[in-house]
Amino acid sequence: MYVAVKGGERAIENAHRLLAHERRGDRDVPELSLAQISEQLSLGVDRVMTEGSLYDRELAALAIKQARGDLIEAIFLVRAFRATLPRFGATEPVDTGKMAVRRRISSTFKDIPGGQILGPTFDYTHRLLDPQLAEGSTPEPPATSDASSAAMPRVTDILGRDGLIESSPSADDNAPIGDLTREPLSFPADRDLRLQNLARADEGFLLALGYSSQRGYGRNHPFAGEIRLGEVEVEFMAEDVGFAVPLGPITLTECQMVTQFKGSATQAPCFTRGYGLGFGQSERKTMSMALVDRTLRARELGEEVMAPAQDEEFVMSHSDNVQATGFVEHLKLPHYVDFQSELGLLRKLRKEFAEAAETSPLQEAAE
Amino acid sequence: MNAPAYNFAYLDEQTKRMIRRAILKAIAIPGYQVPFASREMPMPYGWGTGGVQVTAAILGRDDVLKVIDQGSDDTTNAISIRKFFAKTAGVETTTSTADATVIQTRHRIPEASLHAGQVLVYQVPIPEPLRFLEPRETETRRMHALGEYGLMHVKLYEDIARFGHIATSYAYPVKVNARYVMDPSPTPKFDNPKMDNCAALQLFGAGREKRIYAIPPHTSVVSLDFEDHPFSRYRHDAPCALCGANDSYLDEIVTDDKGGRMFVCSDTDFCETRQAQGHRGSESAAPHKERAHG
Amino acid sequence: MAEREDSDQPLLMAEGLGKSYGSLTACRDASFALYPGEVLAVVGESGSGKSTLLQLLSAQLAPSAGQVSYRMRDGVMRDLAKLGEAERRFLFRTDWGYVHQDPAMGLRMAVSAGANVGERLMAVGWNHYGRIRDTASSWLERVEIDTGRIDDAPRTYSGGMRQRLQIARNLVTEPRLVFMDEPTGGLDVSVQARLLDLMRNLVSELGLAAIVVTHDLAVARLLSHRVMVMKGGRVIETGLTDQVLDDPREPYTQLLVSSILPA
Repeated sequence: MYVAVKGGERAIENAHRLLAHERRGDRDVPELSLAQISEQLSLGVDRVMTEGSLYDRELAALAIKQARGDLIEAIFLVRAFRATLPRFGATEPVDTGKMAVRRRISSTFKDIPGGQILGPTFDYTHRLLDPQLAEGSTPEPPATSDASSAAMPRVTDILGRDGLIESSPSADDNAPIGDLTREPLSFPADRDLRLQNLARADEGFLLALGYSSQRGYGRNHPFAGEIRLGEVEVEFMAEDVGFAVPLGPITLTECQMVTQFKGSATQAPCFTRGYGLGFGQSERKTMSMALVDRTLRARELGEEVMAPAQDEEFVMSHSDNVQATGFVEHLKLPHYVDFQSELGLLRKLRKEFAEAAETSPLQEAAE
Repeated sequence: MNAPAYNFAYLDEQTKRMIRRAILKAIAIPGYQVPFASREMPMPYGWGTGGVQVTAAILGRDDVLKVIDQGSDDTTNAISIRKFFAKTAGVETTTSTADATVIQTRHRIPEASLHAGQVLVYQVPIPEPLRFLEPRETETRRMHALGEYGLMHVKLYEDIARFGHIATSYAYPVKVNARYVMDPSPTPKFDNPKMDNCAALQLFGAGREKRIYAIPPHTSVVSLDFEDHPFSRYRHDAPCALCGANDSYLDEIVTDDKGGRMFVCSDTDFCETRQAQGHRGSESAAPHKERAHG
Repeated sequence: MAEREDSDQPLLMAEGLGKSYGSLTACRDASFALYPGEVLAVVGESGSGKSTLLQLLSAQLAPSAGQVSYRMRDGVMRDLAKLGEAERRFLFRTDWGYVHQDPAMGLRMAVSAGANVGERLMAVGWNHYGRIRDTASSWLERVEIDTGRIDDAPRTYSGGMRQRLQIARNLVTEPRLVFMDEPTGGLDVSVQARLLDLMRNLVSELGLAAIVVTHDLAVARLLSHRVMVMKGGRVIETGLTDQVLDDPREPYTQLLVSSILPA
């Protein structure tokens, strides 16, 4: 005899308990601390801060722990928390030209004022799994030298001095800055919203789009003009004192791509640019972001829009991994009512198909 | 560490005000999709954030909330959302359609007629009825603005040419107040007539797509069709095995792996209410009683 | 034969029409009046400005100079530049037709022929599937497409068939004015000949006015009452088709005429 299914509430509670148990894992294994995650899985923390759109290492580390290492789940936790925070306003634009640089490279010139600084990077390591790391290691202290006071002008500014690269579009100081967490997005979107969307975008998605552009789907001949990593000061204009108050430093990665030159009847040709910015050390993200920033400028630069990476609506509508995972995973929710409707329609069509097949052989026989 | 403190029904007042403004605009233009700045919520996009934001914006301390999914109060996501509001708003909750003042629903409209003073909040995944015919938002916006719905009819024509029937069984498009074509959310087309001239206020929230739309009470809602292929409701032709109802939407239950099937009301409150009144179907536990004539 | 409009009032009027892009002038100083039932050919080589002129006349481009006026069904002459977007799109779906050189531009390739022809009817409120289908079917017949192919998508059609379908799709709402941009371009010579024959008959039966842009003088000869010759963005000669083609005045026109290969 059929009894209607009940007890969903108890099932959910039990599922939560089981999750917490599995998250902790074997109790004989030491529990992860937030400091361990923040220090030793710092690139994961950097990604969660960047795509979570919130600079707080401790919270990002907590999110990663709560999410059992699933970074997109962690980004979701950070975003949901961010939505509850009161908004005081916006900082002054950060000046990456004044960055305390720890890593700085350019592929466009062999040498530049301030030099090429490799910094802490996986580049040029050999990707050989290191068993010593499994046992626990005490790495040698790094080499040090006196801090250089040499000026470190941005490569794009060097090119810009001779007019070789388009100037960064100067923003109208009075124009409001778009914020897609406050206003619904509509197309066509201006560059401020595009960059905001890309900064929060899924790294894998941008990586694939950037890669596709290099392979010919919206090619723009990119060169890495400069990538720099380091600390910048964040300042906030305090109305009651009338000047900008420093809030403290944050770590940023900035990438400027120098791309395909362009001219017009009234303007001499010059290089164009793509821009990427992220929290912490996020090179793959900022490089991909810069490539896609440039491909999305196709319309603005009068280029034919032919490839997915150039399609503003496509890129911006699908770049947010929290939205994407929500919708993809929602397929796990019950859909049996709609499925029932589809079953009904399908059964009807199949019946009609069978009836039609039955009548036609008879007709042939009659002839 | 920054420890959060939550407002009544989770959203801060500023956000609620923004959403209510969007709701008022939607009520003023029945069927028109009003863009709103959807907030990141503690449940995933696609799992009801639009409906939750609408409910959170309109909920008051004296409201009585019912939450259903697939017509049932007991499905996992309905439970999860009901608990969310119990925790963040402390409002009274109920499974009774008649007693609720706010009903949040996914994929069904309750069988019992709604009355004035009730609000039905629908969870909507894709608000744009033309989306699968025209993926570009810029183009569909223009089509709505100019009332150009030829493409929608082309799709219906193609269905009939190909299948002999309009091949849409749920999320069946409707024309609201004789002006805007609207997606009623993935309710089965069986439920479409309930939206027409309804005494309750109907609100639709799409969180991920960031749109709110509305049907004010007693507004005309007409399902699209052709004169010679009129709109028809689909319902599995059998009485409910538990309460014997002949006019409610039925869920198909697979009972064994030899093709055994059973059909019961999708609306659990409706079914249980009928059973409490003495109606019985072929499979119910109590001894068979003669069905009361309604 | 369809009833003629009040044919002593012009249907379309261009006055001093021109289009420039910065210092480049694509088209300048075009003026003429088109009467109901009249077919005007605009001929010239690539770069002559004829395509730009067609875009200006069909309100798809805003003029840099001059204006275009059209007499609506209520008899009132309206400046096209002053029409709202909704009005302009409505005109395009009912009173006007536009035949593209590439039929794929003027058709929904993935949707059945019947739906392609029926779409305009549905857009103006036809709500009976059977009647829409029958009307579509009779139009397919009229443009000599096998009605058995009504449920096939134009993706499965040959180039000539696609073009005929495009014509049917445009004529189903009985427009008064049809714009054609190289309607037979890209088709085989024999297919072209058949298509031109069909177009000539339809235009005459329906009393359509038409503006046909073409580089092919034979097309102009077959279809049009009057012809306008363009060169370098200007109209250099205009007159009755037979007169202009048999007795061209301008040296450029003479050159064009003499370079038609003898049949």
